[in-house]
Amino acid sequence: MATVVETPLPGIGVRYEFTTDGGDRIGVIVHRSGRRDLLVYDRDDPDSCRAVRALDDDDARTLVDLLGGSEVAERLDVALRQSVEGLVLEWVELGRDSLAAGRTLAEIGLRKRTGASVVAVVRDGETVPSPRADFRLAAGDTAVVVGSADAIMEALELLRRG
Amino acid sequence: MADPLPLGAGAEGVGAALLELGLVAAVLAVLARLALRSGFSPVPLYLVAGLVLGAVHPPALSAEFIDLGVQIGVVLLLLMLGLEYSGEELIENLRSGLAAGAVDFGLNFTPGLVAGFALGWDWRAAILLGGVTYISSSGIVAKVLTDLGRLGNRETPAVLSILVLEDLVMAFYLPLVAVLLTGAGVAAALGSVAIAVAAAALALFAAVRFHRVLSRVVSHASDEALLLTVLAIVLVVAGGAEALSVSAAVGAFLVGIALSEQVAHRAAQLVSPLRDVFAAVFFVFFGLQVDSSKLPGVAAVAAALAVATAVTKFVTGRWAARRIGVGPRGRLRAGAALIARGEFSIVIAGLGVAAGVEATLGPLSAAYVIALAVAGPVLARFAERLDRPPWRREASARP
Repeated sequence: MATVVETPLPGIGVRYEFTTDGGDRIGVIVHRSGRRDLLVYDRDDPDSCRAVRALDDDDARTLVDLLGGSEVAERLDVALRQSVEGLVLEWVELGRDSLAAGRTLAEIGLRKRTGASVVAVVRDGETVPSPRADFRLAAGDTAVVVGSADAIMEALELLRRG
Repeated sequence: MADPLPLGAGAEGVGAALLELGLVAAVLAVLARLALRSGFSPVPLYLVAGLVLGAVHPPALSAEFIDLGVQIGVVLLLLMLGLEYSGEELIENLRSGLAAGAVDFGLNFTPGLVAGFALGWDWRAAILLGGVTYISSSGIVAKVLTDLGRLGNRETPAVLSILVLEDLVMAFYLPLVAVLLTGAGVAAALGSVAIAVAAAALALFAAVRFHRVLSRVVSHASDEALLLTVLAIVLVVAGGAEALSVSAAVGAFLVGIALSEQVAHRAAQLVSPLRDVFAAVFFVFFGLQVDSSKLPGVAAVAAALAVATAVTKFVTGRWAARRIGVGPRGRLRAGAALIARGEFSIVIAGLGVAAGVEATLGPLSAAYVIALAVAGPVLARFAERLDRPPWRREASARP
């Protein structure tokens, strides 16, 4: 795999670039807003871009699918997004009356219902990273949830009320 | 301004004030559309509108109301500036870009300072004029880079790094001039700067170390609750800072820095329409406060200063781009991109106008900013052609 060079762009996001086997330099800017810019550098003037195309979430996903390996790419996608904090990360403490308490993650079906995922659970000061589907939540647990702002709002609702 | 109508002077006064505000907003709306269509920054248009309104028919708004509008505009502008960068970004740029930042300050603050003294101004007014010529408009520069598709260019990090450092310098410069303008001695000024430095360090530390806690406290799933929380924090801190004579603008800036990551991004989205409104009002009100009869007298000085500091900014950008190994054409682009001055030059000049320190500072700054806010983007677009003059372009084009 080609070496990907990462450059922070303060106030904007992060730029990634690499050189293809054919000698072209190609890059992507991941904006904080989630927008991506696809860059093709100019061979004449390697400091500037010959083409810049803005892609929204949907466009980016379509392109990734067309380029193949969508599953790997999706994971890479999530990693990229986390590295620029494009996603919302939220802590939810489960109260006594939460219906989620005492149920497994699979039973709650958070991701299916809201699109947000539980990436960690904090219990008695201990963190359980990437809990499995059969992990059973308890009252007093703090769930760390990741997703888009909308998904997070629904997820909070669901976890607090059950 | 004839017959100021204080708001709250009965239904008739309120009605008239609302009507006048509405007319001002209508003018701004037309100008914003014009600016969008022509692809230029609306800032110079707003300034011109304020100057023309002030000369032709000043709205009968009370001075207190105008002052408050200006202050809220400044607070929101600086809050957004702080929200734009995370604590880590500021610290990282402080480490890597210090040399470029120092060159930038030396080359671009000095012309304004020298011009102020040459005009026989009070030394405090000269320091303000130095600030006016020093700071590039991050708003205009970022827009130009986006519009011209240059965000991916190799020279862009050098340009952005200079903008970040200029903004950090403001955290120390603004409280310094705020105290100097109150007429306090050097000791009091140093004391206030010490407070500002300590507060800035604290805000950076909080942003880097406690951003999770801060995010949890401030964050809320509802946009409304988050917006009101952020507004409450920024106004209380800005007011407190002003009371301690550290300047409301710095307080707002530090709040922006202390909030980071997700909360900062959401807050920025929510505050930005509000900022647009009050920033437009700010530019117009600044224009209203400027004595436009003095404009013709300062036009030549403003033009000379604009040319001189366009050159010094250009040199700064070229040098900074060269340091990170950018080629000749990229250096030209970086130099020209930084030329635009805008909102923060006006914020600085506004401090002097409010303090009544030098009558021609306002008109001179207004003319200077109008010139460079218009010329900057144009120069940025065409600068790289300097490397390939038209008569040689054909020959060097690739087959």
